[in-house]
Amino acid sequence: MNSQVGEGGISVLSAKRISKSFNGVQVLFSVDFELRAGEVHALMGENGAGKSTLVKILSGFEQPTSGEILLDGQPVKLPPNGAAEALGIVIIHQEFNLAEHLTVTESLFLGREVTRYGVLDRKYMRAETRRVLDMLGSHVDENAVISSLAIADKQMVEIAKAISRDARIIFMDEPTAVLSREETNYLFKQVRKLRDNGTSFVFVSHKLDEVMELTDRVTVLRDGQWIKTSQTAILDGESIAQLMVGRELSKLFPAKREPDVDEEVTLSVSALTTGYVQDASFEVRKGEILGFSGLIGSGRTELMESIAGLRGRTSGDVVIRGQQIPAHDPHAANRSGLAYMTKDRKSKGLLLNSRMTANLTLQSLDRHGKLGYLSPASEAAALEKARRRFDIRVRDGNVVAGRMSGGNQQKLLLAKVMETEPEIIIIDEPTRGIDVGTKQQIYHFISALARDGRSIIVVSSEMPEVIGLCTRVAVMREGRIVGMLEGDEINEQEIMRYAAGLKKKAAA
Amino acid sequence: MSANEEVRAIRRRSWRDIDLRAVAPFAALILLLIVGALVNPNFIGITNLANVATRSAFIAIIAVGATFVISSGDLDLSVGSMVAFVASLMILFMNSGVIADPALMLTAAMVLTVIIGAGCGLLNGLITTVGKIEPFIATLGTMGIYRGLTTWLSQGGAITLREPELQALYRPAYFGTVLGVPIPIAVILAVTIVAAFILYRTRYGRHVVAVGSNSDVARYSGIPVNRVRTIAFVIQGLCVAIAVLLYVPRLGSTSATTGILWELQAITAVVVGGTALKGGAGRVWGTICGAFILELVGNIMLLSNFISEYLIGAIQGAIIIIAMLVQRSLVRKS
Repeated sequence: MNSQVGEGGISVLSAKRISKSFNGVQVLFSVDFELRAGEVHALMGENGAGKSTLVKILSGFEQPTSGEILLDGQPVKLPPNGAAEALGIVIIHQEFNLAEHLTVTESLFLGREVTRYGVLDRKYMRAETRRVLDMLGSHVDENAVISSLAIADKQMVEIAKAISRDARIIFMDEPTAVLSREETNYLFKQVRKLRDNGTSFVFVSHKLDEVMELTDRVTVLRDGQWIKTSQTAILDGESIAQLMVGRELSKLFPAKREPDVDEEVTLSVSALTTGYVQDASFEVRKGEILGFSGLIGSGRTELMESIAGLRGRTSGDVVIRGQQIPAHDPHAANRSGLAYMTKDRKSKGLLLNSRMTANLTLQSLDRHGKLGYLSPASEAAALEKARRRFDIRVRDGNVVAGRMSGGNQQKLLLAKVMETEPEIIIIDEPTRGIDVGTKQQIYHFISALARDGRSIIVVSSEMPEVIGLCTRVAVMREGRIVGMLEGDEINEQEIMRYAAGLKKKAAA
Repeated sequence: MSANEEVRAIRRRSWRDIDLRAVAPFAALILLLIVGALVNPNFIGITNLANVATRSAFIAIIAVGATFVISSGDLDLSVGSMVAFVASLMILFMNSGVIADPALMLTAAMVLTVIIGAGCGLLNGLITTVGKIEPFIATLGTMGIYRGLTTWLSQGGAITLREPELQALYRPAYFGTVLGVPIPIAVILAVTIVAAFILYRTRYGRHVVAVGSNSDVARYSGIPVNRVRTIAFVIQGLCVAIAVLLYVPRLGSTSATTGILWELQAITAVVVGGTALKGGAGRVWGTICGAFILELVGNIMLLSNFISEYLIGAIQGAIIIIAMLVQRSLVRKS
């Protein structure tokens, strides 16, 4: 045994110079990571920094392009598709892998049911489940059906499942995203208890305060590179935030142009409340690009979909050019000149089996004929124009949308939304999953649309994007708009402070 | 791109780009015609083929409606029962004698039939969309309801058109010809042309395909998804009513067994015609082709004497399975 003894603990799982590329795009660059026995190790970084990829590699769900993984100091090749569980490596996903209609006991023993004489030994399995739950200090009933459990309890069942499979290394991906504060405290208590018994945790989270509270060490990734690994105790939230960001903005973005202060207010939202979003108020002016930043799950998309009438709202007003827009009525919003471009282009934006024309005109068929009759010539002309305007490059004009590249799909989606000739455009994640060249083009399209006098809201989890494009940035956290930044305040550290809850603006 | 250029662009595409799924049913039809001609020389005669086409009319017309429902991602199992129910009501109305003038009576009865058909379709649509019940279950329910009401109306027996004058007046609607074409064939053509126009050339048709293809994309594109689905069920009801308008003059009678298993034949015709059962691609002409194929297979079996005609149901069942297998293999290749 040549197990490595580092400063303060035995290394159980470590990654050496791990690199990973997907389809020629490198997402991890020679990353080092070390997890010690009995520690809680935070893995931090912005969206797209490579955290999830690293977690997948360390749990066997992806194989590294190069580099090696050591388990107990021995180089290993982790088996794929969750088979690494047999080695004691378990990953608890953000969305649970629990079958809703099974009981707690059935979930725990799913796939490795204990039998006696070929008949399920329910009594033993129930007792064993109880034992594990008691060990965790959880009061969940072993006979309860999963769907009846609170989210924190489901999380606990996942952990119990991991423990009952003798997990030594548990990856938790944003485990507290769906938990209340009390549930989080409870979860942390159990995690500490297990840690003291020697279990190691990798804790992926955006929440700085929780990282400070729970973890022993922190590793920060940025743009797929290892930046720093350090004792949590010697860092503070500010310094972690700085490690996570702190990159120069390149010349990706066109020059900003601020609208006049007396420009007409085109969209005004006041005290909008939905199931999750609380009391959101803001205004957008003609020619303005307003950014919405915040962590994933902070309620940005829900707010925007509610404004666009795709979701209901429990209270609050949406006013477009002085005109009240009724709740839950996408037509009314559309007619008043508001268009929402979804972030989910594959499942909500484009008909992947249809050609470009059918996709382009789907939202604006009224413009292509009389009395419901569609004119093919008019549609073809629209496609020709859109291809030129948004530089959609395909070899065959009859290709179905699903076969186009991500960048071309995104341009087609933007073109589709622009076919309705909206005055207010909400763009959710304008550049998700597309290459840098196309990103730059899309930034210029957005900037040009604003110069034409349209109002634009850009919702983005990529901070450079909102910083480079927007003249004002709203930051959301847990369903509320917690900050509205202007001018020099718009920088990554400041946004991160609001998004992570280190700073809060007094309600206006 | 002008229309001319577009045509040229389409021509320029090589034969490999032709959608095999769209062509397959027509290829199968031609193959069947050749097989039929080999089996029995009388088969290929114009009289026999016109006969086959005429007899396929009910299923073909109903299947055109089913093409809309299936393209929008739903399913209607109630059409067979609906035929029996609507036809029974039509005959009962004509028997009631509330209007003395036969021509006027017939006109009123036809209008009523169309309204009842549309109403039955609307009911299916509303249960599915407003009631948020799986279309399979919703129309399984109305299938029982329409069938049960028919049995009750007929008291287990038959409902027969009694008025001889009305019978004489109405008979040509099935047995007559226009410009030498049997009326049922003319009706199939008319219904198909209108349906193809609606599905391929109107905003509504585009909405149907979008909803069936991905209802989330449709919703995010501002399409009233539930209205589109409901209207598809109404179109199905209207097609059933048109089939009834041809069915009543043929026999002048209905019973509790009228239209039994027609829903399965209609669905078979749609699927054999190349429409995806999961929605998102409608092929009206393929559907008609599918209905002909079903009828032709029966006809060939009848003329051939190799296979008992009592096996028709089994053969039709096999056809739908083969059609799905062929479709799937074509999808894999493309």
